[in-house]
Amino acid sequence: MELTRRDAVAALAAIGVTGGLALGADRLQQSSGDGTDGARPDDEQVRQRLVAVAATVYPSEVDGVAEFVEAFLDGRLDESAHADGIRETVATLDDLARSWHGHPLVELSVEERDQLLREVGADTADADPAGTTSERVRYYVVNELLLALYASPTGGKLVGIENPQGHAGGTESYTQGPR
Amino acid sequence: MNTANATQDRTPVEGADVCVVGAGPAGALVADRLADTHEVVVLDAGPRFDPDDRIARQERALRPAYDRPDVWDVGGERDAHSASGERFYPLNHSRVKGVGGSTLHWQGMVMRLHEDDFNSRTVRGVGTDWPIAYEDLRPYYADAERELGVAGAADNPYGPPREVPYPMPAFEPSYSDSLFAEACEKLGIDMHSVPNARNSEEYGDRSACVGYGTCQPVCPSGAKYDATVHIDRAEQKGATVIDRAPVQRLAHDAGRVIAATYATPDGEEYDQVADAFAIACGGVETPRLLLLSDSQHYPDGLANSSGLVGQFFMDHLFAGMGGVLDEPTRQNHVGFLTSESHQFYDEADEEFAPFKLEFFNYAGPSPVETALSGEEWGDTLLDTLRKEYGNHVGMGALVEQLPQTESYVALDPQQTDDHGNPVPDVHWTVDDRALRTIERANEIQREILAELGAEITWEAGPDDTGPAYHHMGTTRMGEDPDGSVVDSYCRTHDLENCWIASSSVFPTGGAMNPTLTIAALALRAADDIDSWLTSF
Repeated sequence: MELTRRDAVAALAAIGVTGGLALGADRLQQSSGDGTDGARPDDEQVRQRLVAVAATVYPSEVDGVAEFVEAFLDGRLDESAHADGIRETVATLDDLARSWHGHPLVELSVEERDQLLREVGADTADADPAGTTSERVRYYVVNELLLALYASPTGGKLVGIENPQGHAGGTESYTQGPR
Repeated sequence: MNTANATQDRTPVEGADVCVVGAGPAGALVADRLADTHEVVVLDAGPRFDPDDRIARQERALRPAYDRPDVWDVGGERDAHSASGERFYPLNHSRVKGVGGSTLHWQGMVMRLHEDDFNSRTVRGVGTDWPIAYEDLRPYYADAERELGVAGAADNPYGPPREVPYPMPAFEPSYSDSLFAEACEKLGIDMHSVPNARNSEEYGDRSACVGYGTCQPVCPSGAKYDATVHIDRAEQKGATVIDRAPVQRLAHDAGRVIAATYATPDGEEYDQVADAFAIACGGVETPRLLLLSDSQHYPDGLANSSGLVGQFFMDHLFAGMGGVLDEPTRQNHVGFLTSESHQFYDEADEEFAPFKLEFFNYAGPSPVETALSGEEWGDTLLDTLRKEYGNHVGMGALVEQLPQTESYVALDPQQTDDHGNPVPDVHWTVDDRALRTIERANEIQREILAELGAEITWEAGPDDTGPAYHHMGTTRMGEDPDGSVVDSYCRTHDLENCWIASSSVFPTGGAMNPTLTIAALALRAADDIDSWLTSF
């Protein structure tokens, strides 16, 4: 199933650009700051790294992942605290990829990225924007990508729901039976 | 948190005719109705939320990192509370503080009470009769339906008599309603539409519902009614709304309220003087404010000569059941209900309470929320989502709880809020009649689900029931000043210039979602305030 730019726009309409209300900002500011202490990566790197992670956390039957993630991030990587949280956590994950697997995130295979996410503990961690590294990776990386996918029309259709929660898909589909 | 209005002038308004405390639906309607001809000031303890933040609040609702109170910034020292009753009362899950009040997170179901609900003692042999009848409130119900914008149909054979059509057509039944309808028809159970305070078509300047599916706790489109509609309208008429201004106490003499003393974010305290006061803080904060305003004139709390302020706290009890079918049920496309049944409601007597049945459109897991809270991703996650989503069905019921002295709201002197005031203690207990009725509702739900061929996977019965977040009864209405706090127009018996607009005045609660009745009573109280001010 093909993810499109329209899906990315729909996902952004569902969960929004991150400006305005600061999602998790208070908690982020209270964080102990065990993230990166180096220079903040530019946003192109953030995009490439999240596209790489999406290849692991998205199901294999979706196509167009790179275009979808990049279009989605166009609306998310702004000046907000949430966007900073994404940038910092993605950088942390890339550091861990280099330390534990000897290569940057984008050079790991799908299987190696899966292993890395599990080594970080992102599979079992409770998402928390101000939590431990595993909790922040779950929040800013894994859940960020899963939210974008499964709140979009194509992501919903993968599961059998044309109008997933968060998507303003109108008031007809709930009246219609299965096709 | 919105800080756009941090520098707003929060000083009192000179020459105010009316001071409304609380900017939820009751306060907003009173303010809007009176702002045509009077100088109105509205004080609210919480902030004025930025409408542009609603999408982000929706994201909070979807992400498991946030609890329900986080969606509207509820909690912390400001909202500290106690729960000393036999059942814990999750107060901060049940309310929103701020302009719009709890309508910002409500479900939006707006039924009229049935006629017998006003005569519970006489007809059912339990509870307390209201001092007014359905006929007294009937024109105000119609008024309230117009004000809120209600989508409904006159297809409920068990509802009270109506005089005019609903302002908007009802939402179409869901696909799962059609599955339930087949089973209910075989069992002789009538289903009918749900009146929704949510636009089925454009209404005024608000759009039709666009199906975000997160009605409770946030509607990003504004198609679901919330009280900011009437706050905005009141302001356009000249009313002044002061947010983040928690009223600390009501200054008074023996017969009148003189001023509402409120705090502001800069640490100042001000007195808002007015000729008339409408207290509209809901069923918990209204009695709390009165109890905090004790004096030599009212040593047990303001307007509390009866000793009943805070007494008879009621909520509606939830009874539910759900399961899975071996076919698709198309759940979680929208966040509202389209069918219910009042068939068993008026069978209520001493033994069994009134209750209504609800047919869910959001049974079972939402794929988005499941995806964000599982321990999988990739193909494994998709397999799980496909297995878990798609064939769930669910039913709910709301059950009346009787007013009883064992259930009340009091002050907890052991704990204080951010201004040093004792916090509210919601001491909630549930009567045996309600528990029996939950079992009865469960029996009917089980019959329907069995007829449907469902495998039952969950049940909310007497042991694990919970509140529907409808706070009622704590400043009850009545003719006798010794047995009630307000009169039939919601004016306090003790103070000639003080009205209470809230479900706190309900003597007996019925089992219908209370907001339409709150709105109708608020409009009726506004008329009374207007008459009093005119003759003043």
